[in-house]
Amino acid sequence: MVKLADNLFSPDIEQAPIRNGYGEGLVILGKENPNVVALCCDLVESTRTLEFAKQFPERYVEVGVAEQNLAGLGAGMAHEGKIPFVTSYAVFSPGRNWDQIRVAICYSGNNVKIIGSHAGISVGPDGATHQALEDIAITRVLPRMTVLVPCDAIEARKVTIAAANHKGPVYIRLAREKTPKFTTEDTPFEIGKAFIYREGKHCTIAAAGPQVYYSLQAANELSKEGIECEVINLVSVKPLDEQALIASVKKTGCVVSAEEHQVTGGVGSAVAEALAKNYPVPQEFVGMPDQFGESGEPNELIAKWGMDSKAIIKAVQAVVKRK
Amino acid sequence: MGANIRQLEDKANEIRQDIIKMLVHAGSGHSAGPLGMADVFTALYFGVMNYDPQNPKLPERDRFVLSCGHICPVWYATLAHAGFFPHSELATLRKLGTRLHGHPHNEVLPGAENSSGPLGQGLSQAAGMAYSGLYWDKKPWRVYCVMSDGEQQEGQTWEAAMFAGKYNLRNLTALMDRNNIQIDGYTEEVMPLEPLRAKYEAMNWTVVEVDGHNIQEIIDACNRAKAIAENPTLIICHTIPGKGVDFMEYRYEWHGKPPKEEEARQALKELRTLGGRIRSEHE
Repeated sequence: MVKLADNLFSPDIEQAPIRNGYGEGLVILGKENPNVVALCCDLVESTRTLEFAKQFPERYVEVGVAEQNLAGLGAGMAHEGKIPFVTSYAVFSPGRNWDQIRVAICYSGNNVKIIGSHAGISVGPDGATHQALEDIAITRVLPRMTVLVPCDAIEARKVTIAAANHKGPVYIRLAREKTPKFTTEDTPFEIGKAFIYREGKHCTIAAAGPQVYYSLQAANELSKEGIECEVINLVSVKPLDEQALIASVKKTGCVVSAEEHQVTGGVGSAVAEALAKNYPVPQEFVGMPDQFGESGEPNELIAKWGMDSKAIIKAVQAVVKRK
Repeated sequence: MGANIRQLEDKANEIRQDIIKMLVHAGSGHSAGPLGMADVFTALYFGVMNYDPQNPKLPERDRFVLSCGHICPVWYATLAHAGFFPHSELATLRKLGTRLHGHPHNEVLPGAENSSGPLGQGLSQAAGMAYSGLYWDKKPWRVYCVMSDGEQQEGQTWEAAMFAGKYNLRNLTALMDRNNIQIDGYTEEVMPLEPLRAKYEAMNWTVVEVDGHNIQEIIDACNRAKAIAENPTLIICHTIPGKGVDFMEYRYEWHGKPPKEEEARQALKELRTLGGRIRSEHE
């Protein structure tokens, strides 16, 4: 079992946007590694690239509103031995520049880190155009790509640092809204590993991003009615830790996947693919039901579209009956 | 640089013959663009760029980025003549197991910096390399990017052009194959590109226009770009698609298809008897 925050379910647990962890990690990398450079498309503050840009102005490159060029520049700089963090909103990068990421970065073997901020429906009032709900699917499908979806700001910092030390293209998915900082400095993270955040024997909940915390909340509630859930943080969506997942469902016999992403192509699909070929069990998918979002407050949208702890509870109740 | 221009003209002719042989053997591929660019590639590889075919990753080499990957037969033939791989390997174009894919792949092709095919991507990558070399590594090597005119219709090209202009990437020289054709017809009918010179100049580029079949003029323009310390240079190379083969010249129908056996025989016959028809003397 991993160490999580002591006040895990306290209403006054500290909150911070996941993107903050990226900004902190990038500054640490700036100090440690002279090859780390950052590029951004006119979103330097909101993507939390600003502190790096202030401390290392000679290693920050403003690209303007040009995400295709962003990816191509990153490829060219990586080709020269730099470790570029190319940053924008996830709807634009990898949303708009997928072809460039595919050919100039992945196929060409360039060591570029793609940072997609403001992912998920929790972007809120900006509406459907700005709610990236497809980014995991389109990055996960690319050969050679590593896909990391941190669950809080602390993990986002670790993910950022690990990405720089990993040779090869990496996509990191960040969220805008404040969410609980529920992991700790001691909580382990490693690319390619899944981590069990709560043990249980009746149902596995495999989640990534803010839904990991909602899954813990759901597990806490379900425990009161005698359903013990095992909660797994699938921060490394690709490569996926199939061993950990299979070991868990062998114990529980069913799984709920939870993510702030379309139910097609994302974390749920990755789980289903891994289990279908190894150890098929009943699965329920918590995520966006093949729809576009809309404007609203983040918590309203998460609730309306069924990606909160209530939705996870319902999914667990349904899936245990299918065993 | 010391190579005699007449020798380079002969080299370009050999490259043209190789292109025809490669295409007919492969049974698919692009004819017009590669033939039209034989003189530009010859000028770059035998009169302009610094490289070592025995050590393709030589740190101080000039970087060559092909943006319009579909004209790769001319690149492959040139690389073979420059000694990057055996000439006999040209016969493997587009065949299973080849290093000479239908569109270039940097991880297997000696001398390639990038993979290309989807249009409009090369200038961004070239700009990323040039920015690194100029501002971070502070090295004297230069970046040469060959692009087509058709891919000027891609928005990304202009994103990259703006970037290179803003950051005064003086170590970047782009060469545009201005042959006026693309798959569906003439560029100015499919989607007009002019005024190309004014567009690039407006984005802080120095623009030079050359006869893309005059090797001396191409070399001179590249050398001139080296002396410009303010901004990137675009060399608009006015070329004739299919140059050197009468029945292909100027015809967009030859953009995306290879010659058949009989056509290839005719083309090779014409090229062998070309006898200096493509000349570089200044008038």
